[in-house]
Amino acid sequence: MIGRDILGIEDLSRLDIELILETAERMQEIGTREVKKVPTLRGRTLINLFFEPSTRTQTSFEIAGKRLAADVVNFSVSGSSVSKRETLLDTAKTLDAMDPDVVVVRHKVAGVPHRLAEVLKAPVINAGDGAHEHPSQALLDMLTVMEQKGRIEGLTVTIIGDIAHSRVARSNIYGFSKLGAEVRVAGPPTMLPPDIEALGVKAYTNLREAIEGADVVMALRIQMERLEGACFPSVREYAATFGLDRAKLRAAKDDAIVMHPGPVNRGVELAHELADHRPSVILDQVRNGVALRMALLYLVAGRPKLDASAGADEMAGGGER
Amino acid sequence: MRISHEIVERIDDPERLYLVAIPNGGVPLGRILIENLESLTGFQTPLGILDTTLYRDDLSTRGSRPRLRRTEMPSSVDDRIVVLVEDVVSTGRTIRAAMDALMDFGRPSQVRVVALVDRGHRELPIKIDFVGKNIPTQPNEKVIFSAAPVAGATDVDQSGADVLELIVQAGEDS
Repeated sequence: MIGRDILGIEDLSRLDIELILETAERMQEIGTREVKKVPTLRGRTLINLFFEPSTRTQTSFEIAGKRLAADVVNFSVSGSSVSKRETLLDTAKTLDAMDPDVVVVRHKVAGVPHRLAEVLKAPVINAGDGAHEHPSQALLDMLTVMEQKGRIEGLTVTIIGDIAHSRVARSNIYGFSKLGAEVRVAGPPTMLPPDIEALGVKAYTNLREAIEGADVVMALRIQMERLEGACFPSVREYAATFGLDRAKLRAAKDDAIVMHPGPVNRGVELAHELADHRPSVILDQVRNGVALRMALLYLVAGRPKLDASAGADEMAGGGER
Repeated sequence: MRISHEIVERIDDPERLYLVAIPNGGVPLGRILIENLESLTGFQTPLGILDTTLYRDDLSTRGSRPRLRRTEMPSSVDDRIVVLVEDVVSTGRTIRAAMDALMDFGRPSQVRVVALVDRGHRELPIKIDFVGKNIPTQPNEKVIFSAAPVAGATDVDQSGADVLELIVQAGEDS
């Protein structure tokens, strides 16, 4: 996978995913050492290019890079008055001139990491693009399920929340399906895309039915500011109908685990009692995020892309015009 | 096994011994050694497993990333006499990587190396302290162990070469 872009789970094969998870399992041990650093990416540069603030994901990639001894640079770009397209290519050219070995990109517009991947010589890792994909989050979720359950094949995974606008949901749907799990999604009809079942999942508007017999129940963060009034009448009503608590969780298997990509709206999508204790594995997800991102960096960083010359030419042409 | 006797003879303080096997080949040898050491000394010697992949010096020149193997270090190596266990030593680069990795786990008082086979072609100043058999080879040959050691077998208390039948084979991928 060296030199390869990681833009979405959709592009990864089952074998790719299994290699990433296996590598991440080995990386976990480094986090338990007193000296949490190996010299693998010494002299390599990781640029965290975040057009949208995300302290958690950015910190996780930063720690992952540092544990592999890479030099990590955080390049945070706030909204600019210049037209998006020009800004993006300009930024890409600037970055390329600094010769990074891997670039991690977060942007609120879907497809931006793909566009950057076309012009950058270094491999690009998508750290979340709009409502499209968030591959490292889905991979760390799969790693956490592997750790807790020992397998993914044959499990039932229920994802609850704003499926239509969630890149976490989309990436997890691709990932868990590719590894042989049955994926169900649940939410109010306004949050379920009409064609969602084309991805091979079952959609539910009744939470109890969706959770029935599930091994993994994943609650998504509700963006209250944006959605209240648009997708559901009130936050209280959402919490009452789709908020996960111990009583609703009884429909799941006895040993079901509860996941959340964070940050949690306590008392909305997840009750207090579930946020802090087993069966919630939220902090395991955070811990596994570092190991998983170390695995991604190890597997892709350190060599320019094979097709980099095409992108570089295109960029040079763009610069002349 | 003869190597176990040598280790006990030449290390003054067997209580402080700590075996660290380099996967994959060092692990079965390490298991045999700790059994033998326990019967010779009466002490249970800890056995760690240390993957050296992330410490290799050829990662930047290779076209793909090698698969990682498991690392398990059961206790601290501080002030212990660490014996690195490897099946075949050649260039010495894996042992160099293993020593660097080991130092990230603490400060052993001594580090020694045991290898079942030393096949020559050293590229670094690395010396093997305990060796089962010296097999001079050409760089394009490879050493193949034809029989896996059986843990708990009664005849393991012989030389390593008797337990494992060794074949030197010419091959493209040395």
